[in-house]
Amino acid sequence: MLQRCEACGAFAYPAREACPACLSAGLTFVDAPRRGALLAETTARVPSDVYFRERAPWRIGLVRMDCGPTMVAHLHADCIEGAPVLMSFQLDKSGQAVAFARPERETPNMADDRQWREMTADPKFRRVLVTNGRSLIGQEAAAALKAAGAKTVFVGVSEPWRPFAGEQLLRGQAGIEIVTLDAADEKSATDLAADIGGKVDILVNTTEYVRPGGLLDRRGTGIARDEIDQAYLGFINLAQAFGPAMRMRGADGINSSAAWVNILSVYALANWPAFGAYSASQAASLSLSHCLRAELRPGGVKVMNLFTGPVDTEWFQTVPPPKVAPRAVAQAIVSGLRGGLEEVYVGDVAEEIRQRLAANPKALERELDR
Amino acid sequence: MKNSLRTPYDGIVMAAPVTIPYARYSIESAQWWIGRALSALVAKAGIKASDIDGLCVSSFTMGTDSGIGLTQHFGLCVRWLDTIPLGGASAIAAVRKAARAVQSRDADIVACVAGDTNHVDSFRLTLENFSRFNQDAVYPYGAGGANASFALIARNYMRTYGVTREDVGGIAVAQRANALRNPHALMKTPLTIEQYLAARSISDPIHLFDCVMPCAGAEAFLVMRDETAASLGLPAARLLSTIERHNAFADDPMQVRGGWAMDIGELYAMAGVRPDDLDVVQTYDDYPVITMMQFEDLGFCNKGEGAAFVRQHDLTIGGDFPHNTSGGQLSAGQAGAAGAYLGLVEGLRQVLGEAGPTQVKDAKLGLASGFGMINYDRGLASGAAIFAGPAR
Repeated sequence: MLQRCEACGAFAYPAREACPACLSAGLTFVDAPRRGALLAETTARVPSDVYFRERAPWRIGLVRMDCGPTMVAHLHADCIEGAPVLMSFQLDKSGQAVAFARPERETPNMADDRQWREMTADPKFRRVLVTNGRSLIGQEAAAALKAAGAKTVFVGVSEPWRPFAGEQLLRGQAGIEIVTLDAADEKSATDLAADIGGKVDILVNTTEYVRPGGLLDRRGTGIARDEIDQAYLGFINLAQAFGPAMRMRGADGINSSAAWVNILSVYALANWPAFGAYSASQAASLSLSHCLRAELRPGGVKVMNLFTGPVDTEWFQTVPPPKVAPRAVAQAIVSGLRGGLEEVYVGDVAEEIRQRLAANPKALERELDR
Repeated sequence: MKNSLRTPYDGIVMAAPVTIPYARYSIESAQWWIGRALSALVAKAGIKASDIDGLCVSSFTMGTDSGIGLTQHFGLCVRWLDTIPLGGASAIAAVRKAARAVQSRDADIVACVAGDTNHVDSFRLTLENFSRFNQDAVYPYGAGGANASFALIARNYMRTYGVTREDVGGIAVAQRANALRNPHALMKTPLTIEQYLAARSISDPIHLFDCVMPCAGAEAFLVMRDETAASLGLPAARLLSTIERHNAFADDPMQVRGGWAMDIGELYAMAGVRPDDLDVVQTYDDYPVITMMQFEDLGFCNKGEGAAFVRQHDLTIGGDFPHNTSGGQLSAGQAGAAGAYLGLVEGLRQVLGEAGPTQVKDAKLGLASGFGMINYDRGLASGAAIFAGPAR
């Protein structure tokens, strides 16, 4: 995204209040062509900033975009002076969007670049905790993360002696380790953290508790209490058990702790009355995730929220398609971590809600009541 | 040579150049350093502080103060006041404004002063908060500080014109030789080209001796009409011409020239002199490669010939092209905004014949240049002034 002048079409960077070509105030952010050429590079060996000083030598360059502006950028190690590069904005450890230049063509082991990994939360070489292995999403996530090169995937299962569907996908698989975890139980979360808390580089919170219904067709607060216990208080238990150690290990070498992932219903953003109380529990978790993001930021640990529409599982049986395959959620987790993103929308429903919310929130609220 | 249409600086002079000796770190404030400079100005000129009716200040570390706060701080009552935040171009901008102020009699005696302190962490804080573009699009890349930004410019310039580190090093080595004669220079040991080349890399191709040392210090001079100077019995240097330019050559993808190149004809035409006529030259040397660029842009050689020019000339005090005779910022130290004044103040001492151990024999005609404000990817400001001592 770069600013483009609505009046004369010129692109501008760094961001500014008036077009340097025609002084128009009509500058809007648009997806700009990503290609540029690396004009010059330098390797900073003694930066004054403490963050970069610890990570020196650090390579940056000046890129002339094909669309006009020049940009200071972090460089992938395979970038060559004078050669074309592809630019993207990445979120750095402080959550700031920074320009990153990669070679135009794929190079071997491109994603393993040290500076690139600093901008992302690639599961490769890292240890991951998936909090709920009884769910389809949890099982698919474990498999996808393992396939993406995670060193170890811990999978939380409550009362693991009790058989569960899909158990064979986890048990006895190399690199996948079943651990005892019931996120809704504070002691269970604390016990597991005491055991593996210092080894969790990425935590994928797959806790889910889906029940239909809103307010008037339910009696009492029992189900709502369960929803809050599982989704919201479970989140708090996990955050308090694992968050502090993750925040401390954000700079722990190239395979440092890197990210916290929440799987949220897209109805956290706009209440869906058919699953109204569930939507509210998701909204509460979303709000809490922003708090967690702020609290993990000093350690350079990202919080990625993955928004999904109804998933193709038993609790959404009555909901007509399109529904999201658990495998699609798992793949979105991996690609989101590889890109170092803060928000990912999975599937057509989630994407549609995002767009409609941006276009007209009141209309969306009314239309969801159908 | 083209003609200048600008109003000449008839009878406008600069006097009483003063330097408050630099310190690597200081626990004093910028206001303390500026106060010392004002006190030295008054003492040297033999005037009372109340005779100063114009004030022009530059500093990076005055906190929330600007020039107006300083009037009360120092008990000055002025009728002309300016605060110039142009970094390395501040001195040239100051003399241009002050000259027109006294020429039009808006003021009679303008004190131009720059001073900065250097607390242990103040340099880093200045970097962090330098400008909006810098905060948005440079600081997050670890460049923080000019080193990486100038490294990119230097690398491109050196590659484009086939300049080697040895070529650039000739400038730093000569300046160190000059600094050894300046008792106030922070650098006090000789520097050989071998040592220059062997220095550790800071941000390739910028190595240790390409960098200035941030420090505390202050520099100042007075601007007035020649009859004022005469009535005070003050030796003074006549201002012959100036240029100033900002955001020049914005379409150059990378900086290989500064704004001087746009205005160089004007500079010499207004002064009525040629580059060859100059006895002493003080460039803005935040990095020696920027000095090499100025040799080209100020007309001492053509673009791309800077390296050959350095090879062919002796830049020391006794040489055929005396340059940055105090040691410049590279060897005397960079006292924040006072770094902009360093060359002009030393140049004034030279043409007034009062430079003492760094005096160039028979120096009558001097040039000082300024460069500054690397807001994003290039230095935006440039300026230069030519001045003549009483002997010319």
